[in-house]
Amino acid sequence: MTQERLRIQAMRSSLVGPFDLSVAAGECIAISGASGSGKSLFLRMVADLDPNTGAVFLDGRERGSFAAPAWRRQVIYVPAESGWWSEAVADHFSDLAAARVLAARLDLKPELLDGPVLRLSTGEKQRLALVRSLLPASPVLLLDEPTAALDETSQGHAEALLRERLQAGTAILMVTHRSDQAARLSRRRFVMAQGRLTPA
Amino acid sequence: MMPSIVLTGQDLAIASVLILLDGAISVAYRLGLHRQLAIAAGRMVLQLLLIGAILTRVFDAAFPPLTLLVILAMVALAGREVAVRPEQRLIRMGNYTVGAAAVAFATGITSILALTTALRPQPWYDARYAIPLAGIVLGNVLNAASLALDALLGSVVREKAAIEAQLCLGATNRQAMGRLLRAAMRRGLLPVVNSMSASGVVTLPGIMTGQILAGLDPMEAVKYQILLMFLLSGGAGLAVVAVVFLAARRLTDARHRLRLDRLARAGPR
Repeated sequence: MTQERLRIQAMRSSLVGPFDLSVAAGECIAISGASGSGKSLFLRMVADLDPNTGAVFLDGRERGSFAAPAWRRQVIYVPAESGWWSEAVADHFSDLAAARVLAARLDLKPELLDGPVLRLSTGEKQRLALVRSLLPASPVLLLDEPTAALDETSQGHAEALLRERLQAGTAILMVTHRSDQAARLSRRRFVMAQGRLTPA
Repeated sequence: MMPSIVLTGQDLAIASVLILLDGAISVAYRLGLHRQLAIAAGRMVLQLLLIGAILTRVFDAAFPPLTLLVILAMVALAGREVAVRPEQRLIRMGNYTVGAAAVAFATGITSILALTTALRPQPWYDARYAIPLAGIVLGNVLNAASLALDALLGSVVREKAAIEAQLCLGATNRQAMGRLLRAAMRRGLLPVVNSMSASGVVTLPGIMTGQILAGLDPMEAVKYQILLMFLLSGGAGLAVVAVVFLAARRLTDARHRLRLDRLARAGPR
C-alpha cells in the first residue's frame, strides 16, 4: 500500500515552514514538539485555514483546483479545542443516526446527543468533535491532540476507530504528546521545532 | 403658524444656572464631575454657536458644491465615530473606510429620496433642507452602524472556534458567519424599532418638540415626525446591511478563511 494520498511541497507561511511531506494512503504520521513550535499552524495550513504558499496535493490533484470548502471536506482538520455554533448538540451533526453509532463506540452516553452543548464536559466535547469530523469519511484527517482530554479506556476506543479508518485508506496527520500513542498508530514520527519538521 | 418665541441671551443665561446646579451637586457629593461638566457645557455652547454661524453663511451662499462639502465633512465625522466605537479594529484603517462608506451610502440614499419625493424644496438640494436632513439621518445611521460593527467584530473574535469548526467541516464563509452577521444586523436595528414603538407614548421626539415650541401646529409636527421616523429606520437598515457586509468581506478571503489577523485591538485612547 504505497499509493500517495497527500503531498506537501514547500508549504510555508510568514511564521513557519517550509514543509515537504508525502503521506501514503492508510498511513498515520505523528508529530510532536514543544507548544508554540508550530504544530497546530502546520495542520491549519494544510487545511488552508491560514494563508500559506507552496503546493498541497490530494491524490495528485492540487489544492488550488478545489474550492476551499470542498478541500476542507476532503482534508478535515480537528482542532485541539472544539468549536460549537449552536446550543443543541444535535445541530452539529449532518447525520444523527450515524453519529449515534460512532458516539457509542467512543463510550458516549446516547442522550448526550439530544442535550445542550453547555452540559458537555471537555472530554465529551472532544469525542463528539471527533465523531463530527469522522462522519464524512474523508480521505485525510488532520488531528490536533485528538485524545488529550480522554481517559485510557476512551483513548483506546478512539484509537481503534482511527485504526479502522487507516485500514480503509485514510491518511492521518496527528499531533500528539503521547509517545505510546504515536508508537501504536504511526510508523513515521516527526518533531516540530522552530517551525520546521524533522524525522524523529 | 403661531409666531415663535424668540430667545434672548438673558433667557439662556438664566437656564445656564441649571448647569451651575449640576456643578454644585458634583462638588457636594464629591462626584468629581464638575470640571468635565464645565468643559462639556462650554464645548456644547461653542460648537453650536459655531455651527449656527456656519449654517447661516452656507444657507445664504446657496452654492451647491459648498452644501456638498459640508455634508461630506459631516459624513467623514460620522464615519470616524462608527470606526472608534468597537474595541476591535480592522487593520489598515478598515473601520474608517467601512464606517464612512456605510454611513455615506445609507444617508445619501435616504436623504435624496426624502428631498426629491416628500419634502421637495426648490431646488431639491437647497442647503436649508439638505443639511439639517442629512444631519439627523446621519446621527441615527451612525448609531445603527456603530452598534452593528461593534457587535460583529466582537462576536467573530469571541466565536472564532465556532466559526472555524464550521469551516473545517466544509462550510462556506457565508454559512459559517451567517448567524453572527444576522445578530449584528439585529443589534444595529433594535434602537430604531424601540424608538419607533416608544415615540409619542414614552417620548415626544426631539424634532417634534422643537417644532411645536417653535410654533408649528402639533398635527403638522407629527406628520414631519412620521416622515422622519420612516427615513431613520430606512437609513438604519441600509447602514446596518452595508457595514456588516463590508466588514465581513474584510474578515474573510477567497479561500473562505476567517482572517482575524486583519483585526487588532484598539489601543488605549
